[in-house]
Amino acid sequence: MDRATKRSDHNIGASRRRGGRAGRRAPVTIGVFLLLAPIVAGCAENDQSTLSPKSSASDEIARLWWVMLIASAVIFGVVLVLLFVAVLRRRGPESPPLSSGRGGLWIPAVGGIVVPIVVLAGLFALTLRTLPKTSPASASATGLTIEVVGRQWFWDVSYPGKDVRTANELHIPVGVPVNVEVSSADVVHSFWVPELNRKIDMIPGQTNRVTLEADQAGTYRGQCAEFCGLQHAHMAFYVVAEPRAKFDTWLARESNPAAPPATPELERGQQVLLGSACVYCHTIDGTNASGKIGPDLTHLASRMSLGAGLLPNSKGYLAGWILDPQHFKPGNKMPGTDLSGSDLQALLAYLESLR
Amino acid sequence: MATAELRRLERSWVEPHGLVARLGTVDHKKIGVRYLVTAAVFFLAAGIEAALMRAQLARPDQNVLDPEQYNQVFSMHGLTMIFLFVTPMLSGFGNYLVPLMIGARDMAFPRLNAFGYWVFLGAGLFMYSGLLIGDAPDNGWFNYAPLSIQPFSVGPNIDFYAIGLLFLGISTTVGAVNFIVTILKLRAPGMSINRMPIFCWAVLATSISIVFAIPSLTVATGLLELQRAWGFHFFDTAGGGDPVLWQHLFWIFGHPDVYIIFLPAVGIVSTVIPVFSRRSLVAYDWVALATMATGLLGFGVWVHHMFAVGLPQVSLTFFAAASTIIAIPSGIQVFAWLATMLKGAPVIRTPFLYVLGFLVTFVIGGLSGVMFAAIPFDQQVTDSYFVVAHFHYVLFGGAVFPIFAGIHYWFPKITGRMLDERIGQASFWLVFVGFNLTFFPMHIAGLLGMPRRVYTYPSGMGWDVYNLLSTIGSVILVLGTLAILVNVVQGLAFGPPAGPDPWSANTLEWSTSSPPPPYNFAQIPVVRSADPGWDGLSEPSDLVLPEGHQTPATMPLDADLAAALEMPSESLVPLAAAAAIALVCAGLIADLYWLAIAAGVAVALTLAFWHGPRETGPVEPAP
Repeated sequence: MDRATKRSDHNIGASRRRGGRAGRRAPVTIGVFLLLAPIVAGCAENDQSTLSPKSSASDEIARLWWVMLIASAVIFGVVLVLLFVAVLRRRGPESPPLSSGRGGLWIPAVGGIVVPIVVLAGLFALTLRTLPKTSPASASATGLTIEVVGRQWFWDVSYPGKDVRTANELHIPVGVPVNVEVSSADVVHSFWVPELNRKIDMIPGQTNRVTLEADQAGTYRGQCAEFCGLQHAHMAFYVVAEPRAKFDTWLARESNPAAPPATPELERGQQVLLGSACVYCHTIDGTNASGKIGPDLTHLASRMSLGAGLLPNSKGYLAGWILDPQHFKPGNKMPGTDLSGSDLQALLAYLESLR
Repeated sequence: MATAELRRLERSWVEPHGLVARLGTVDHKKIGVRYLVTAAVFFLAAGIEAALMRAQLARPDQNVLDPEQYNQVFSMHGLTMIFLFVTPMLSGFGNYLVPLMIGARDMAFPRLNAFGYWVFLGAGLFMYSGLLIGDAPDNGWFNYAPLSIQPFSVGPNIDFYAIGLLFLGISTTVGAVNFIVTILKLRAPGMSINRMPIFCWAVLATSISIVFAIPSLTVATGLLELQRAWGFHFFDTAGGGDPVLWQHLFWIFGHPDVYIIFLPAVGIVSTVIPVFSRRSLVAYDWVALATMATGLLGFGVWVHHMFAVGLPQVSLTFFAAASTIIAIPSGIQVFAWLATMLKGAPVIRTPFLYVLGFLVTFVIGGLSGVMFAAIPFDQQVTDSYFVVAHFHYVLFGGAVFPIFAGIHYWFPKITGRMLDERIGQASFWLVFVGFNLTFFPMHIAGLLGMPRRVYTYPSGMGWDVYNLLSTIGSVILVLGTLAILVNVVQGLAFGPPAGPDPWSANTLEWSTSSPPPPYNFAQIPVVRSADPGWDGLSEPSDLVLPEGHQTPATMPLDADLAAALEMPSESLVPLAAAAAIALVCAGLIADLYWLAIAAGVAVALTLAFWHGPRETGPVEPAP
């Protein structure tokens, strides 16, 4: 709920910015922007738009896009005008074909060679200017390193040296360049948070880097961008950018092992978990559960989503997910678990206590 | 010309009737029509696949298809459109038209031509047999490793891909070799290379690209199959392989393939525009050179498909520069077409309308294509729906619109009947509106962060309305395609006779009857300009060559008459060879190695019989 309000806040700002930019340019571009009004309106609805940048890197890319769009619109307009002139200026159907005459060469010479060379040189220069701003900063220039390993179909997130491991959620401090090192444990994935930077592929046996630096606090959605099999569609994650103090609190809490069960019910829930197949795939730091195949559950209850951005992390969905994950995400590696009602309640209570 | 000579010519070229003669025909026109019809059937199949995808994506969180079905459907859609529709369709036009346009009586290697068709048919059916058993390729047309190998791909799905493409590559390659030799050696006397129709330049450029691009695909799919079937380790890091190797091998083929698809299509455009503008093409030589340059530059841009892979920045900038430069030859062509129309007096008919539709959509696709040379923007929107929008503007706008133009333009030549102009124009508007409504919103969905190849998407991302618009557009597009089909069917049944030259066109195929006789031209034409139909100088010669299947051979550049070639007549050997190769593939996919080996021996024996020494007719010196 509170995310939704925040969302529309920055997007009203985004719309206003666009409008201002359009006003400063030639009238012809106003038409272009009218055509594109739905795009800007569209921004108001999600946190995964390339057109609502929340970092200087994404802002540079968005600027590049708007410049290219305007240039393209002008070129397209010229072609369209020439086309209309050519077609509507008819000379009657019976005119004999002209096979001689070499005139008209200047049209492809100007339109096909001179103008493109100028425009393309400009574009290339712009590309070279933008490139460093979206390229990964040197590790020493960044304030924090996060490792993200893509797996079919979730994101295994860890903070090296901080003893923190989580899944499908990156927390970063606002205004600090964060060095994200990505790789893959299985197939090729691609790490993409459009509002914060360009995407970078996650390739087995190779470590790639991308720098994320959020200008403002907020939650930004990311999604796998390289086809990675059955559940490519359900491999999303969130980047939560927070003020430094709040981030430090989060990091400190996440570095603790799971709290020991405080009530008999939680005790029972833990026993259910440790006595089930869960432990083969999941880790809960501080217990015997140390599987590495699935997401780390040490602080499961603190996360926003289940199933890599698929479901809200609420007790009801958690119950449904545990009983029949194949219903929500067919083909994922987690089998359904057959639990008695009371075992399930205890397990849910325990998992909900893992903050 | 003496009637007796003409009668002898007709006797030499008459084909026996019956099933065997049909299966064994080497007539480039019959083979061309087979390519066209077969490719059209595959187009309908790919269209059905597209409609299924659009149904699934019409609304968020739908379950029209399950994820595995969706993955098979989108993979087969791409594979079909690229490998089984556009390329063979343009091959069909090439087969039918190139000999007619250059004044020859057949392709240079008629039996190889028949063989190429049978292999294409076999490979297409082979790939579709995977869909019938529910195990079609499910990893997209670029099929990245390691998702394509064990343990991530366990069924036979990807074997249908790898073996099917190896199989199909034979067809594409022999077709290309045939085109190159035909275009360079069989042009009518006087058709020096600077008088050759642009369509032939386009087929030449495409064929040269094919000869150099397909080997990379063959290596890629060959290594893939070795890894899948026999446990080699080319693409898995655990065994010392490298998944990025696949990407390079694939895109070294894959980007030139874009031009392999696109060049013959723009060859159609360069053919149709002068005819309906009533003026010969402005800047003919520039357009010809631009065509060749595009084919060449197409080999230097593949890394722009891999900008997000994490390659060194110096590679990125090199390939970005190359990707920028390749816009120039396309720009030259676009403005040469515009100049031709501006200098001429355009007459609007259905083929020309489709070409105008092409121009509008292709310019949009070209402009969004240049954007991918801007590395950071590419890295932002690659693998999003923006790319899906872009390449449909280039491939549907850039290739399918010209194909539709070509169908309407050459239908009278091929069938001897006219299509209905009103249905034609209605089909154009349906296709044009449907196409833009389907694919334009995808740009926006992509910019709003929608990744491609997702079988579903959540609501609340701002993508719903654009996906719904796309689906509505696809319905209109389907109606437009059906209208073309209706027009073709009614044209075949009721179309008024076309006569030899209904468009008063400038190229040689219109100087013979519609449909042309088996020998194409009773008298070998002599060409005196790039517009033999218009110059008032190019006339049929006295040369008839009535004995056997003969066609003149000329010198590659100046087209001076060099010899009269004896062409082979119908034969079942090409079909037998193709069938034997199909059995090799069947044996490999079914793990019946004895069958594969036995069929391999049969292939060798058939080829030995085909090429074995025999008595050949004399090659006559130039008369």
